[in-house]
Amino acid sequence: MHPSLSFDQAPPISVPYRFFLAAPWFGVLAGLLLAWSGGDVLGSRWTPEALALTHLVAVGFMLQAMCGALFQFIPVAVGGNVWRPILVANTVQPLLLLATLLLVAGLLRGIPDLLAIAVPLFLIALGGFVIVVTLALWQTPATGMTLWAMRMAIGGLAVTVLLGSILAEALAYGFSVPLIALTNVHLAWGLGGWSLMLLAGVSYHVVPMFQLTRPYPAWFTRWFGPLLLVLLLAWSSQLAFDQAKWLPVIALPLLLLMSVYAATTLWLQFSRRRKIHDATSLNFRVAMLAMLGFAVSGGAYFLIPGFGSDPRSVVWLGVLAFIGVFVSAISGMMYKIVPFLNWLHLQRLGAPMSAVPNMKKMIPAEAMTGQLRLHVLALVLLLAAVWQPGLARLAGVAFAASCAWLGWNLLGAIRRYQIFRDQIRASALHR
Amino acid sequence: MSITAPLSQHHKHCDDIFARAEEACANGEWASGEEAFALLANQLETHFTSEEELLFPAFENATGMTSGPTEVMRGEHVQMRDLMAQMKEALAARDSDGFGGAAETLLILMQQHNMKEENILYPMCDNALGASDIGASLVDRLKAS
Repeated sequence: MHPSLSFDQAPPISVPYRFFLAAPWFGVLAGLLLAWSGGDVLGSRWTPEALALTHLVAVGFMLQAMCGALFQFIPVAVGGNVWRPILVANTVQPLLLLATLLLVAGLLRGIPDLLAIAVPLFLIALGGFVIVVTLALWQTPATGMTLWAMRMAIGGLAVTVLLGSILAEALAYGFSVPLIALTNVHLAWGLGGWSLMLLAGVSYHVVPMFQLTRPYPAWFTRWFGPLLLVLLLAWSSQLAFDQAKWLPVIALPLLLLMSVYAATTLWLQFSRRRKIHDATSLNFRVAMLAMLGFAVSGGAYFLIPGFGSDPRSVVWLGVLAFIGVFVSAISGMMYKIVPFLNWLHLQRLGAPMSAVPNMKKMIPAEAMTGQLRLHVLALVLLLAAVWQPGLARLAGVAFAASCAWLGWNLLGAIRRYQIFRDQIRASALHR
Repeated sequence: MSITAPLSQHHKHCDDIFARAEEACANGEWASGEEAFALLANQLETHFTSEEELLFPAFENATGMTSGPTEVMRGEHVQMRDLMAQMKEALAARDSDGFGGAAETLLILMQQHNMKEENILYPMCDNALGASDIGASLVDRLKAS
């Protein structure tokens, strides 16, 4: 009937975990870089440090975590078969790791050769990933708007990577491209077409699931993805036409669209049936508030000339989007996925179920909420540092510490997995 | 209405009871927690047996698929029953951490189980069993509880 139906093919635990474990440490590197550089590196998005910081967070933190999550989410949520997940993960992840470090070093130190080496590595790693995921997403018999959002998101990733490669090649070999327009379009596809599209698609499932909210309204899930796609295509037309005066006409509906998503999510959370709060729900709330902050600031960027002409305003927007929205949402997701995967894989070892510790024994709740508080403090300091360069070092230290705590919490969960696994195996031997 | 629509609605009904039981036990309101938990146990058991005794065998007969999705779903029912047993034990011991941990695990397992049923298995059942009268029997079972 449905020969390709993947009903219980969650990949081995090492597949998502190798991505999840690496992600926070790129955040630590970003924080340390900012703390080390200090000064006015957040004064414009074009400083070498700002470019390096952006990619440490976007490619190092976000993309690592999102790739790992997709390996897990595709079989479980949309019944897709990812082709040879261990092989793909073992190839994609180290390549991506290396490419990220080369790209960041190339941007930071202005070394063309490093950029030139990074591009083919990105193309191989992410090209392979995009192909495998696309096949899985197209062959599944499942239906629904999450699936469509994921299909559009993977297209968004492909566009982002291609445009990023052109930009890096242009920098490496010095050929002429419309640098600002190309960067704006690359950024819009990375943040909107890939990250936001994926976050929204995943939210359709996980927001109702984790907190027992009502489902997102059908009109919303039907229109959000396609509208986002159309607006991004319109935004991309700046590559072909010189149309600076039309950009606000495209950008303002885009900002409105993301506000509707954020406000809907907050409303669903507010009216949820499950009243208990945890680090995941709070992280999601921070992410949605940051998204509203981004939308309002984005509106001000286009409508208030004094704000829009200040190069710091784009960095402010960047901090809100990358750190406020996506680092928060991804941290929250990992805090739910990792304890559950620990439990799921432990109970598959065949021990009596009562011998398998429950999810709350995997990461202490206080460690997660404490880290969340530090993350919010780091976010506030980073936002302040955009306008007060004297705060940059402190903000960098806070962000590095917050990401290190996240990484430590995840490492702790994996250590507990190993301890419990060994206990279960030892007791099986003695039975 | 499709054959499996009452089962999807019943998932939401169980979610509501779950939220009540979890909240009460987290706040140390043991009497109301026990009441909500007993109702949850009853409703989940009714749901599981309706599927295991009526829907799944009918699907397996109609399609010949005995080792596919229904097998996975039966396995997850066993896991959920086990987590319910852990919750019951924690409730008896007035152990809110133990109850909360098992409840959190049950919630995620239950939600992703429901997601697989509602998005994949139920549509397959509706296709395979469209001509049968199994829908009425399912409704009777769920109503009787």
